[in-house]
Amino acid sequence: MKRSLFLSTALAVLSIGAAAEAETLRWALAGDALTLDPHAQNEGVTIMLQSQMMEPLVSRAPTGELEPTLATEWAVKADDPTVWVFKLREGVTFHDGATFDSEDVVFSMNRARSEESQMKGIIASVAEVRATGPYEVEIVTNGPNPILPAALTSIMMLDKGWTEANNAVTVQNVAAGEVTFSSTNVNGTGPYTLVSREADARTVMRAYDGYWGKDSFPLAFDEVIFTPIQNASTRVAALLSGELDFIQDVPVQDIERVKATAGLKVESSPENRSVFFGLNVSDTLVAGNIDGKNPLADLKVRQAINMTINRDAIRDVVMRGQSVPAGIIMPPFVNGWTEELNAYPAPDTEAAKALLAEAGYPNGFPITVDCPNDRYINDEAICQAAVGMLGQIGIQARLNATSKALFFPQVNAMETDFYMLGWGVPSYDSEYIFNFLYHTRDESYGSWNSTRYSNADLDAKIKAIAAEIDLTKRDAMIAEMWQAAKNDLAYIPVHHQMLNWAMKDTLTVTVDPDNQARVKYFALN
Amino acid sequence: MLAFLIRRLVQSVVVLLVVGAVSFGMFRFIGDPVNNMLGQERTQADIEQLRDRLGLDRPVFVQYALFLRNAVQGDFGVSYRQGRPVADIIAERAPATLELAAVSGVMALVFGIGLGVLTAINRNSWASSAIMTLSLVGVSLPTFLIGILLIYVFSVQLEWLPSFGRGETVDVGGWSTGFLTQSGLIALILPAITLGLYQMTLIMRIVRSEMLEVLRQDYIRFARARGLRERSINFRHALKNTLVPVITVTGLQMGSIIAFSIITETVFQWPGMGLLFINAVQFVDIPVMAAYLMLISVLFVSINLVVDLLYFAIDPRLRIERAKA
Repeated sequence: MKRSLFLSTALAVLSIGAAAEAETLRWALAGDALTLDPHAQNEGVTIMLQSQMMEPLVSRAPTGELEPTLATEWAVKADDPTVWVFKLREGVTFHDGATFDSEDVVFSMNRARSEESQMKGIIASVAEVRATGPYEVEIVTNGPNPILPAALTSIMMLDKGWTEANNAVTVQNVAAGEVTFSSTNVNGTGPYTLVSREADARTVMRAYDGYWGKDSFPLAFDEVIFTPIQNASTRVAALLSGELDFIQDVPVQDIERVKATAGLKVESSPENRSVFFGLNVSDTLVAGNIDGKNPLADLKVRQAINMTINRDAIRDVVMRGQSVPAGIIMPPFVNGWTEELNAYPAPDTEAAKALLAEAGYPNGFPITVDCPNDRYINDEAICQAAVGMLGQIGIQARLNATSKALFFPQVNAMETDFYMLGWGVPSYDSEYIFNFLYHTRDESYGSWNSTRYSNADLDAKIKAIAAEIDLTKRDAMIAEMWQAAKNDLAYIPVHHQMLNWAMKDTLTVTVDPDNQARVKYFALN
Repeated sequence: MLAFLIRRLVQSVVVLLVVGAVSFGMFRFIGDPVNNMLGQERTQADIEQLRDRLGLDRPVFVQYALFLRNAVQGDFGVSYRQGRPVADIIAERAPATLELAAVSGVMALVFGIGLGVLTAINRNSWASSAIMTLSLVGVSLPTFLIGILLIYVFSVQLEWLPSFGRGETVDVGGWSTGFLTQSGLIALILPAITLGLYQMTLIMRIVRSEMLEVLRQDYIRFARARGLRERSINFRHALKNTLVPVITVTGLQMGSIIAFSIITETVFQWPGMGLLFINAVQFVDIPVMAAYLMLISVLFVSINLVVDLLYFAIDPRLRIERAKA
């Protein structure tokens, strides 16, 4: 108690000292963090807010490369491919003044791997974490894992002493009805400290004076006020009226308006998220077979569908230019992406009709397109456009658009024949897409593969690349796998979404492909 | 009187139970919270385990019974979305909604009755016609649009008033109030107008038509013949006799001001219970939805009760009839 009183006095004194040129960033987006416990929710906004105050060993710079954070260097151990060695940064302190060392890493990693943690899926390959010195840790994996560092970018480090002293060792567990100290308090190593937080209303953070990276990052703001504003019109209005400096999600119809306003600008970049349709390729349609068969099981039908979707029209009309048409369900800048793979066929109604006739459906067939209406940018409108395009070749598509809370359980239960899905790749590696979307669905793989697509050869290769430490060989395998996946067309790619961040034109900001704004990278002109 | 009260209380409990049952029956159609609670990397086993722990696989009436059992003991569960006790969250959010509702309610009453009386007395003046025409806007435009319009004019164009939030609040014994700071008071203006405009025009139109009715009555003519002052005729004799329907409507509208602040709160990002409820619906946060719906029905039931009791106070005929019976 005394300590915190002292600290707050010290902070107050500091803030008066800095008041002369204090810069405040007023920042808004639609959602708010769900908790401050870094291992309790694997959700974008939650991780983003936490990452202003807490840090992982390795993070991803806005440009997409891995960047040393609390670890300065890392490498696979020379004599054992299942062990990664991380050298830790020295001289790092937590907000309460405690020193960061290997003990905290072992503790935090084990907490993130614990039963209650929602992060355990990301680092499922980790078998053991051990300290081999005050500033060195070894992470042992189940079999070689060439891309382990990329998996650590959202695993935040906590102070062992602080967490234990506040009875927060167990991760907050909503299902068990637990509320822990760490879900509302923060003691991280990050550039900002928590000043106050009211969920869904306002979170105030102040620059941490003892931050290790003071000289490495622009750190232009002394104070950050984060406000969720759900209503898109209000959010844009608040930016236009000068009440906000930065909003992260501008509706596509408002982009021109913001750009036309003096003193404001919009920065855009493709998001790490592809939007596509999944097709039920099994022998039986959920909605009942047509003449005893599932037309979608026929590759020719899928090729016809692929040919009738006019991606350029969707970009120009539905997305108002804010999308990159896709020929593959992998966002650009993911390892494995190439221009050739992303090529998509020009829309050709006649050829598509011919393919359908060849497959035995000259008059098309009825199908329901299931679609979320509150998950991706203009999701329902994209589906509506697709329904019209399918109609052009005689497929009688019916749109079923529902909220994500109804839609995702339906997809997960495989109660759909034709559905929309968006997919981001946090590891920036193809393996992640293959694991979840292409591998035959079983207990540990293919949990998002609701197409029933199953390719034994591909499955074997998916398991093989996971342990292949020769990266050249691995990349060659990945290229081969994508070619097969692309030809089989279990998924019909639509596009890669664009991110649009709007801000005062005095800010210099690089749009992060994962939509993870980190204020420490923001600069002022 | 006592028998009446007891009967109404029993009816109220039945209403509450039915509302709860209907809500729980509906939650399953809103969706499944599990997907929102787990990350993209979840396995099928994680999903099943979480469903099991949350008790989502149990029949609806069992879930409802468990909710009731805990609610009676004052435990409304833990929010799936925020991971904190629902009772704490609602207590934290209630002041924002109640302050907004109080300001809108007072505004609607004062201006509604005032303008209603004025337009009734000067029914042929151009000002009355103008007010009556404008009031159509208040009755017919959706709240959402009014809010956005006000934001556009007063925040974006004129830059006079804030477009979102509550401003600064002061904590007084666990109640966060916006009444004590300048930014808090300024922040109240637009949301209060948005929320209260419909009620204000409604009250105004009712008061006006009731007044017109009453002003035609014989006793008003006699009062005029006696040479009473206009002011006393209008406000003491006429207005008082228009109040029974006004109180009924106002009472029910007070309930709706709180219950339907959802839209206003969403437009202005007002951190109250309405916003909480919208978030809960989107996330399928069953404990929050259940507690909120129960709270709102308690509110409506008690307002109805108070309105019934007010009738006794205002209308002497009711007292006499009850006494006879």
